[in-house]
Amino acid sequence: MTAEQAASSAVIGASGEELQEHFDATIARDQRIEPRDWMPEGYRRTLIRQVAQHAHSEIIGMQPEGEWITRAPSLRRKAILFAKVQDEAGHGLYLYSAAETLGADRADLTERLIEGRQKYSSIFNYPTPSFADVGVIGWFVDGAAICNQVPLCRSSYGPYARAMVRICKEESFHQRQGYELLMTMMRGTEAQREMVQDAVNRWWWPSLMMFGPPDDNSPNSAQSMAWKIKRHSNDELRQRFVDMTVPQAEKLGVTLPDPELRWNAERGHHDFGTPDWDELMRVIKGDGPCNAERIQRRRAAHEEGTWVREAAAVYAAKQAARAEKGVTA
Amino acid sequence: MTATVPMTAALALGDDALVLSHRLGEWAGHAPVLEEEVALANIALDLLGQARVLLSMVGDEDDLAYLREERAFRNLQLVEQPNGDFAHTIARQLYFSTYQHLLYSELAASGGPFAPLAAKAVKEVAYHRDHAEQWTLRLGDGTDESHERMRRACQALWKFTGEPFQPVEGLDAGFSGLETAWLESVGDVLRRATLTLPEGARTGAWSAGAGRQGLHTEPFGRMLAEMQHLHRSHPGAAW
Repeated sequence: MTAEQAASSAVIGASGEELQEHFDATIARDQRIEPRDWMPEGYRRTLIRQVAQHAHSEIIGMQPEGEWITRAPSLRRKAILFAKVQDEAGHGLYLYSAAETLGADRADLTERLIEGRQKYSSIFNYPTPSFADVGVIGWFVDGAAICNQVPLCRSSYGPYARAMVRICKEESFHQRQGYELLMTMMRGTEAQREMVQDAVNRWWWPSLMMFGPPDDNSPNSAQSMAWKIKRHSNDELRQRFVDMTVPQAEKLGVTLPDPELRWNAERGHHDFGTPDWDELMRVIKGDGPCNAERIQRRRAAHEEGTWVREAAAVYAAKQAARAEKGVTA
Repeated sequence: MTATVPMTAALALGDDALVLSHRLGEWAGHAPVLEEEVALANIALDLLGQARVLLSMVGDEDDLAYLREERAFRNLQLVEQPNGDFAHTIARQLYFSTYQHLLYSELAASGGPFAPLAAKAVKEVAYHRDHAEQWTLRLGDGTDESHERMRRACQALWKFTGEPFQPVEGLDAGFSGLETAWLESVGDVLRRATLTLPEGARTGAWSAGAGRQGLHTEPFGRMLAEMQHLHRSHPGAAW
């Protein structure tokens, strides 16, 4: 028996207070909470919400880029897009599995998504009117996701942290591919360069909003950080993203649409302007440019697929009955 | 390899893979379950990989994919058929993957110019075929509704199943043997799925073999318009 197993078997029959102490000590030692461990109800609820919303984001996130699979301008780019959208579906699957270890049910989470009772990342409510958007999503959106997610590889909940390790590897690959598409386009025609700059202008602020509201207006953050579900505040991560992205923009030869953006030698960071928080609130509440379309599409796929899922279930039941009959016969 | 590549044959096989891959791409974000998002994208990606190898034997893959008009495409009419419902997509996949698996198995063993491609692709196609068979069983032997949808889909696409066995210049395969094996294999899957082999002519929209001569069904032009639009809007641009 390992020390860890001994510690957890010691809490069987323990009082509520002892359970809480054991949990707090596990978090304090930076050890992982696993599915069969005792955990406070608030911790479980917060994680289910966060992991489910993360899963939903992967699934809804297939749409804006998936739009371009049938129009990708070269076979190489088409293959890259297929692979990326496929990875996103895979990430959704890992994350729903992680949520299920907390007692959630995937079918129920899907219902919550299509009924608008659970959210997904605000960024996917913006449209993709040009092919450069595919590259900018890779560069900004996957870049922001990486800033958010790399620290989650050390999240206190084991199944979530392990899912993030796999996801982050694939996301960094997508980010490089997105940036490489933009590099190629910037070396191309004037029209291609204009497409890239226009896409950068449209996606910059929404990408900064992906990190959530500012710290002084983020009600759940303090508790999530105390539980080590989250490791850094929204503003810290946003700053990290800006600092990482500015030199990449220079190398690419595009400008970022923020007149207040400049290096601050004293802080050792870039200063930047304030995102339009009212816009973020509108988008989160369902009133962004594509909210209705995104949910409608997911709902349609789910409803139109009902007969297929029913067929699979009935077939499985028939097979099981046949197997049983075969055994008893 | 010193043998010259049989261009007509490479184009025919390449266009089959390219066009079916495109159709499967239309499913992205619409599949009935997440696992099928992964599976359909995976099959599409395999086919696209095959198409790129085959078209590159003939010329520049992007010129061939994006700058040919409808009349110059050599794909089977079967693969250009719209997705329809999930049963329709599965029936198309069952018919095509079974054909492709039989053909590539033979080409892989032949030592001809397509042997290296076929040897790699046959492993992918075996998976595609298994996927289509498994879904045919589930839909055929599932609910009354799924049975009826699968039956209709198999019937609707039946007329396009003669064309794969028409001889193609430069494609050294025993087509009549392939056809017999195909009928046996598809018939067996359908029987296990509580369905029967459809009846009726298998001569396609014009005549069996028309797709290979560049005569296509109407939905194909719209598919190409979407596929080629961006590439054609920026002549000479690199992506």
